[in-house]
Amino acid sequence: MENINLRKFLKRGAIWGFIVLELIFFTVAGHFLSLSEVSFLDPENMLLLLKQSAPIGIIALGMTIVMINGNIDLSVGATFALAGVVMLDSMSWAVFAGLGDWVIPVAWMIALATGAFLGLINGMIVWKTGVDAFIVTLGAMLGFRGLVFMFNGEQPTFHLNWTMVDIAESSFFGLELPAIVLLLCTLVLWLVMNRTVHGRNAYAVGDNREAAVNAGIKVGPHMVWNFVLIGFLAALSAVVFYSASGSVNPNDGMLYELWVITAVVLGGTKLTGGSGSIINTLGGVIAIQILRKGLGHIGADTETVNLVIGTILIAVLFLDRQLNRRGQEELKV
Amino acid sequence: MTERIPALRLENIVKTFPGVRALNGVSFEVMPGEVHALLGENGAGKSTLMKVLGGVHQPDEGRIYVEESPAVMTNPLEAKSQGVVFIHQELSLAEEMTAAENIYLGELPRKSFGRVDWPRLRADAGAILDRLNCGFGPDQIVGELSIAKQQMVEIARALTVDAKAVIFDEPTASLTDAEKEVLFDVIRDLRTQGVGIVYISHRMEEIFRISDRISVLRDGTYRGTLITEETDEEAVTKLMIGRSLDLSRHVPEGALGGVALEVQGLSCGHLFEDVSFKVHAGEVVGFYGLVGAGRTEIAETLFGLRSPSAGQILLNGEPVSIHSPVDAISHGISLVPESRKEQGLVLGMNCRDNMTLPQVDDLTAGPFVSEGAEIAVFDQYRDRLQIKTPSWRQQVKNLSGGNQQKIVIGKWLSMRPDVLIVDEPTRGVDVGSKSEIHNLIRELAGQGYAVIVISSEMPEVLHVSDRVVAMYHGRITRTFTAAEVNEDNLVQAISGLGGGQVA
Repeated sequence: MENINLRKFLKRGAIWGFIVLELIFFTVAGHFLSLSEVSFLDPENMLLLLKQSAPIGIIALGMTIVMINGNIDLSVGATFALAGVVMLDSMSWAVFAGLGDWVIPVAWMIALATGAFLGLINGMIVWKTGVDAFIVTLGAMLGFRGLVFMFNGEQPTFHLNWTMVDIAESSFFGLELPAIVLLLCTLVLWLVMNRTVHGRNAYAVGDNREAAVNAGIKVGPHMVWNFVLIGFLAALSAVVFYSASGSVNPNDGMLYELWVITAVVLGGTKLTGGSGSIINTLGGVIAIQILRKGLGHIGADTETVNLVIGTILIAVLFLDRQLNRRGQEELKV
Repeated sequence: MTERIPALRLENIVKTFPGVRALNGVSFEVMPGEVHALLGENGAGKSTLMKVLGGVHQPDEGRIYVEESPAVMTNPLEAKSQGVVFIHQELSLAEEMTAAENIYLGELPRKSFGRVDWPRLRADAGAILDRLNCGFGPDQIVGELSIAKQQMVEIARALTVDAKAVIFDEPTASLTDAEKEVLFDVIRDLRTQGVGIVYISHRMEEIFRISDRISVLRDGTYRGTLITEETDEEAVTKLMIGRSLDLSRHVPEGALGGVALEVQGLSCGHLFEDVSFKVHAGEVVGFYGLVGAGRTEIAETLFGLRSPSAGQILLNGEPVSIHSPVDAISHGISLVPESRKEQGLVLGMNCRDNMTLPQVDDLTAGPFVSEGAEIAVFDQYRDRLQIKTPSWRQQVKNLSGGNQQKIVIGKWLSMRPDVLIVDEPTRGVDVGSKSEIHNLIRELAGQGYAVIVISSEMPEVLHVSDRVVAMYHGRITRTFTAAEVNEDNLVQAISGLGGGQVA
């Protein structure tokens, strides 16, 4: 019995234990290796880290739900870029010329609506055609990226509005806006997944789709909503990020889908669906960000970072498999 | 005389699938407060009838009435909302979720903003679980429960609505005796509340214990209804099989060869424990027991798919260790698996390629697969097993069940095994092909193979076996010779009721 509880604890809390390990390692290693005098654990550094986690993090929360649902969305990076382009481009549209700074919320709304709409397209195709979400969103990834390039070719799209930058860089209680949005989204989505019927149904659909159908859950529309949600979150991530930077490169957001999935899987969500946790995804996002920042802190270059993260991901999944084995009685396949 | 209204009535239901008339004018009714048993062999149409009732299939003809008002079922939830509830044999649960969530799956109680009303969910589910004496609470994660307790969760689902008719589809297949008693109490309880109960089961003993009436299906047609108190097992069996049982036992002919396979004290965790038996060359040993008794698991262990936790396996007197199917095949053990479509065949490949799959490594000419050698193997076994297919190019998915099964058997015969294990050889095979496969098994034994037949169909086991091994809960309860076995002592042995010496 103790053994089982220990395993449970290891499975649930593993990501946070891993984060603590990382922090200790980088603080100690940084003490000897880093050129900077500032400790890795310096509060400002930590807050910056949270802020930098936001773009990937916000999308990862949505990906968690889609993956719990037993699907996947590979188009989030392209959605992110397209929403950013639409937001910045719409601010210079003639129709909104008379709005002054009120164009900002309007542009935000348009961007969010774009993201939600792209998600809706994905969801409807998955539902109505029955094609695997992997394939549908792979196509969408290419297609949406094509749209991004159609806007401005290879040129970046930019629109600098200082009021918007001020809003984007404002901070409350010492937390900058992106970090606040990330934490708020985590809270809301945690509530959705644990406290609402929709959230519980998401687990049921991913866990045993046939059982869900038998129980009368409308699986198709249910999944569409989740795709709309992840599209919306990808756009929200773009809104937060591009409001501050004011410029979208058409290649922005490439490989985001893979970073997002890495974070979600590191957070313990099953690729096959039915199991996963919003809070642990936040942990996965933070763990990756600490790795990137920490390796930089001790003077490793970017290539090393990717190698290390890749290795750790595989190690984690292997460990997870070991913890989940049913011992000798298991059927070998 | 006031005419009582049936809780549920089916009238002349006809359902055809391409090539098969699965239901042919079946009528059936259940009164409130009655337990009506539905009997039939595998493939007699019971499950199709239930699927029609649950809205999974739409009937081609005929009508469904709930309390005499016509009802059209389009999905199981709609059936449930009309008061017709199913308890399936196969579990349909979300394993990572709690018992409470599973019980109310699809209809979780809500508060504002679509929030789940957890206190109410817990209280309601808790009350139902208490009523069932389950011994676990609503917060229990379902995946951690035993199969039997998961079944109780499934049953608990039926009690969430004001049911008019509850259909139990082989509910006791995986229950222990104590749990069965609880289930029967629940059924009696429902009956006194005026719920009509349809009880589908193979087990005569249960049916005679709890049912009021018995209806029998055979080959998709309705064969008649008997009143339980006025009939006996023999009459029911006759109705079910259409003849008195073909109990032409196999007469042991000639001497058997040496011991081909011997198993001593074999265990695999709790799946089966301390199993010992011998199979001689030229002998057919039948394994009979309930689902979950550990028969298939023994076969899987012999074939290297599971690692035994104790005991040893001897082939021709030599102890061998088998860690994988590759080991098993090289030692001359072949397994024709339980589910041929999932485990035995690559449905999209043609007949020839399926048959030569395990040995294609050896059938090469230089770096390439030798087509000629493959076709030669296929032709040989097509003739020997009388597989009916237009050519070897035919995709296996287009063959009938019987011919598919022969392809799987041929595949393993072509590996020239000493020991052939066949798990449920005639599941989903039509009656004609069944006896062909039975004859084939007998012939193979005659040619000196040691054959193990695992089956859930008693007539089959009795018909083909030289000896019958009865299993209950992972243990061998008794080994019979063909001469001493009969239905009564076999049923006793597999239900774990004492009786008879333990082998």
